[in-house]
Amino acid sequence: MEQTILFTLNGKAVHLTADPERMLVWVLRTDLGHTGTKVGCGAGLCGACTVLVDDEPTLSCSTPLADVAGKSVVTVEGLAKDGILHPVQQAFQEHNAFQCGYCTPGMILRACALLKKKPRATRAEILEHMEGNLCRCGAHVRIVAAIEAAGKAMGGVL
Amino acid sequence: MKRRDFFKTTGVTGLFILFRGYLEGAPPLVPTRPAGYPTDFNAYLRIGGDGRVGCFVGKVEMGQGNMTSLAMLAAEELDVPLERVDMLMGDTDLCPWDGGTGGSLSIWQFGPVLCGAAAEARAVLLQMAGEHLQVQVDRLEVKAGVVSVKGAPARQVTYGQLVQGKRIERHLTDVKPKPVSAYTLIGTSAPRKDAREQVLGAARFTADQRMPGTLHACIVRPPAHGATLKSVDTSAAERMPGVRVLRDGNLVAVLHTFPDQARKALGLVKATFEGTPPALDDLTIRRHLASKLASGKVSVQEGDLKAAEARAAAPVEAEYFNAYVAHAPLEPHAALAQWKDGRMTVWAGVQAPFRVKAQVAEALKLPPQQVRIITPHIGGAFGGKAAGPQAVEAARLALKAGAPVQVVWDRREEFFLDTFRPAAVVKIRAGLDPAGRIAFWDHAVSGTSDREAEIGYELPAKRISATGDGGDIGTSAAGLHPFPTGAWRAPGANTNVFARESHMDLLAAKARVDPLAFRLRHLTDKRVIRVLEAAAERFGWVAGVAPSGRGVGIACGSWRGTLVAVMAEVVVDKKTGQVRVKRVVLAQDMGVVVNPDGARQQIEGAVTMGIGYALSEGIRFKDGRILDENFDTYQIPRFSWIPVIDTVLIPNPELQAQGCGEPPIVCMGAVIANAIHDAVGVRLFDLPMTPERVLEAIKKG
Repeated sequence: MEQTILFTLNGKAVHLTADPERMLVWVLRTDLGHTGTKVGCGAGLCGACTVLVDDEPTLSCSTPLADVAGKSVVTVEGLAKDGILHPVQQAFQEHNAFQCGYCTPGMILRACALLKKKPRATRAEILEHMEGNLCRCGAHVRIVAAIEAAGKAMGGVL
Repeated sequence: MKRRDFFKTTGVTGLFILFRGYLEGAPPLVPTRPAGYPTDFNAYLRIGGDGRVGCFVGKVEMGQGNMTSLAMLAAEELDVPLERVDMLMGDTDLCPWDGGTGGSLSIWQFGPVLCGAAAEARAVLLQMAGEHLQVQVDRLEVKAGVVSVKGAPARQVTYGQLVQGKRIERHLTDVKPKPVSAYTLIGTSAPRKDAREQVLGAARFTADQRMPGTLHACIVRPPAHGATLKSVDTSAAERMPGVRVLRDGNLVAVLHTFPDQARKALGLVKATFEGTPPALDDLTIRRHLASKLASGKVSVQEGDLKAAEARAAAPVEAEYFNAYVAHAPLEPHAALAQWKDGRMTVWAGVQAPFRVKAQVAEALKLPPQQVRIITPHIGGAFGGKAAGPQAVEAARLALKAGAPVQVVWDRREEFFLDTFRPAAVVKIRAGLDPAGRIAFWDHAVSGTSDREAEIGYELPAKRISATGDGGDIGTSAAGLHPFPTGAWRAPGANTNVFARESHMDLLAAKARVDPLAFRLRHLTDKRVIRVLEAAAERFGWVAGVAPSGRGVGIACGSWRGTLVAVMAEVVVDKKTGQVRVKRVVLAQDMGVVVNPDGARQQIEGAVTMGIGYALSEGIRFKDGRILDENFDTYQIPRFSWIPVIDTVLIPNPELQAQGCGEPPIVCMGAVIANAIHDAVGVRLFDLPMTPERVLEAIKKG
């Protein structure tokens, strides 16, 4: 049964009439055209679909639309402001912290969630926090280095 | 005898034998120009009035960074800034023909083609500039796409002004590309050209392509290999609002405007299947493959094996095994097909767009010129997207639907339809002479090819045989494998190097010699020796007879002209059997290095992916069913598994750029097996070396 769902997407209000049981990732990618969020496993096992819901990293392939009603959703498209990259995006770019790029949006958003709370996260905390996000190309060492660098860059302001 | 003394005394003869041996079954280090590439440089390069260079290549970018390194080649030869080169890749209408991306061939094989085209274009541009400025060509110089008169820089003309976006009709012959000594860009680290769009999430992969009116198709699949569709009832699915069902022979699909709704409708389809599933399963496959060992085809036979064995002390025989391994790219197979104005256009993440174009044309019974394949960003492939079945599926459905159709496999389809790296068994029998040198070596492989069975150890008598060429696309010798297998990052080599380098350590231990010294004792090739020594130096290798309890291992290998030496340090939990790789040093001689940071990325990725096939990855299957359907049971490397990875790139400007994407993965099975043996004194012969297997080996002692 379709319902009208209200939530915020990247700072803008969204009014959407859709089946509230549909998973968020499909609504983002198809109905709303935000294709930066990827589908890797469809079962909450790879982290490619990670978005932020009220600042918490959330697997959008396993989150029904109903769950984000009234909440704030941030996807990779919402990170850069006026063409200025978010510090985590900047660090990923500078470290070439990706290969094929498919897992990258999910990696960046999960890292953002950690650094917002804890910009001085230790390496062990970064590894633990990122453990559920898979990368098949093996960019892990660079992703960790990028998160550490971004943490340093963000440490001064948060 | 010290190694260096040994090297002196063996001298030229040894080198000659080794070099000959090395070339057998391996590509020559300098490729001949592959047939099929256009000779007109206009096919690859177009210069706009603004001076930007459009570079058109049939290769595809799938994460390996060739978009950047190929752009570097063009920028270097043309003397234009890298930022001014725009790459257009893998579009069969706009790009010149290419045989496919894989085999670490983008730079080694295609690089010289592109460099040749760019060098000729530059020479023609200089000639045109000479006429324009009315000076001899030898008085001209080029900087950043501006041609000027030496000593009179005000007299200048840009490439853009000379060409003004037009096709260049003039051609020159015998233009030599730049010598390595003249390189200013090649050899410096360049950031990935697609970095910004990737971090913005703006890079469009196939499933991200959007076209009005697109229907998303989900296809009815058999539950097991060997099963074919018998009957199908789609009535319940059709009752779902917005659902269409299409059938084209055995291809049955449900379609909807939303991909998730199409998937939901697929769940309502009732289908029955018939057929006989293959009898083999993951427990019986080893014996099955081993039973075929004797029927292998002999590819190398040198010296008198029997006489040499008679001279050797107790031969050492071992059987090695590796399981089927999935490609498991994070991006599943996807295609979007549009039938418009009598042409079929398919956007598809495939490694060989020109081959897929032919496949689609054949399936649709269309002339090839009515088919166009466009390759968007590809989210990893590793050999698994060498063929393009999803492109054919989407095209067949689009023709029927009268609307654009997108097919995106889910993870279960991705595992079920994968062309796995083949399982294989290697049996090696070898022995030492009284002086502690290898007297003979008999290497038989079943399940895959014999590629990289030898690296060029000096062996007085040897034989190599193989049952299968299972490393190649879509091939599997009849009756060998229960489902399709295919190319997986360095096909054949991972299997053979694992066995060979494990066996070298077995013999070194038997000879009571340090594994590095034992290898050097059998080597004369300066390149191999150099990578081993470079790895040892960076690693801080301290000689010792294994098992030393330190948990250090060594292995070396080659692939596509690139030589690799790896050293690793592991910790084994004797209670759980869990292996943790702490540190890996990988030294690589790949000739000229186009983009050092890009090469390091490939090495880090290969080491990481290699840890997966070494420690955890092995497909479980029974009655034709692939039991691993997602990343819960099929474990690929995670953040906590990743060691410190230290890369050493050996400078070798005398040798043209060789392969890079695959070579660094070939040693990963052996180096970890050898390190485990060094740590706990037991040898693992089966990949993956799961905690259960390690524990079992420890218990057996």
